[in-house]
Amino acid sequence: MIPSTFSYQRAGSVEEAISLVSEHGDDAKFLAGGHSLLPLMKLRLAAPEVIIDLGGLHDLSYVDDKGSYVAIGALTRHHDVEHSEVLAREVPLLAHAAGQVGDPQIRHRGTIGGSIAHADPASDLPAVLLTLDATIVARGPGGSREIPIGEFFQGLFETALEPDELLTEIRVPKPALASAWSFQKFTQRAIDWAIVGCAVQDGRVGLVNMGGTPLRATATEAALAGGASPADAAAHAAEGTNAADDIRATKAYREHLARVLVSRALTEASSRS
Amino acid sequence: MKVDLTVNGTNITADVEDRMLLVHFLRDVANLTATNVGCDTTSCGACTVLLDGESVKSCTVLAAQASGHEVTTLEGLATNGEMHPVQRAFHTEHGLQCGFCTPGMVMAIVSLLKESPHPTEEQVRNGLEGNLCRCTGYHNIVRAALAAAEAPAEVSA
Repeated sequence: MIPSTFSYQRAGSVEEAISLVSEHGDDAKFLAGGHSLLPLMKLRLAAPEVIIDLGGLHDLSYVDDKGSYVAIGALTRHHDVEHSEVLAREVPLLAHAAGQVGDPQIRHRGTIGGSIAHADPASDLPAVLLTLDATIVARGPGGSREIPIGEFFQGLFETALEPDELLTEIRVPKPALASAWSFQKFTQRAIDWAIVGCAVQDGRVGLVNMGGTPLRATATEAALAGGASPADAAAHAAEGTNAADDIRATKAYREHLARVLVSRALTEASSRS
Repeated sequence: MKVDLTVNGTNITADVEDRMLLVHFLRDVANLTATNVGCDTTSCGACTVLLDGESVKSCTVLAAQASGHEVTTLEGLATNGEMHPVQRAFHTEHGLQCGFCTPGMVMAIVSLLKESPHPTEEQVRNGLEGNLCRCTGYHNIVRAALAAAEAPAEVSA
């Protein structure tokens, strides 16, 4: 399979990337690691006329301890998030979850910013960063702005990013109790997207693939805040979700999985605290 | 567009379509056909090569993205006619049946052993989650990876 024709441009700086996308508008797409976009282009589900390759923007690949939060450059690869000593110490949930994305080859190319900007509700990191209450930094022609992750995901593959904005950084506040985390993922084959997944940290619960965007299990969180046991709180995990019926699972089965996985995650997280 | 890659230590400059995938560049421009196209959907790993020393699926990388970088294919592993330790281990452990997944498996294991020189069996199995063998001959492939890790000589690529 071969993508339809496009013009390839390589950005030499963040400023040049923004200038190129401003010039080409909706016809252009940013290319980071390419492991979400290129498969869609090969299937002709996406056919941008201009590809702006960000692969040379090495200054957007970093994990920095900023005191109260960890700053992660948008082009940091899953492999580097997985092996970051800062994240292993401060946000082990994120380091672990990055190591569960795809397979080693995919983690050598795919980036955290690309995964978030792509906004696939079946991807692991959007739900994990929602659970961690991250802040997204985007830069456009007029400068940078911060977007709370709760406002970032707006629909299936839709985000709050403007067409001429580049996601540059992800800021993850350090959890109150870093060790009390859990990440659960149910797949048919090792490298598959989650049929359902969930993440737990600091009383927050995020869900993978239970709707058009990554979701917080708000009813479960409210039950936990009210003193419910993990098992009782997990019984509310599917409330307010909108899971799909598709070739991998029915909606009812996904709701069942959400309750089971959230129960396991809450139990595991509390056993680590 | 003009691309400029170093493939197995040799510089190759070519004028290609912007949309050309790395795997097609390797097979059709560099005439190196060990790298196979299997699923063509980033799943099976038959097209695995090393990009700057790390395993990637060359069906999901543009030749343009690899321009200016170093690519190693299966053909680039042997030195002075001597098989690479991973290749030798596939031979001694009979780590293949039909052989179609083999080039990708070998390259994935070379990359794995660079990151974890002495992996456990579980680490090898996890490390190969991106490579499918339709003959289901996984046991001997895992044995080959473990044997290569214990091989006395130079594990390098």
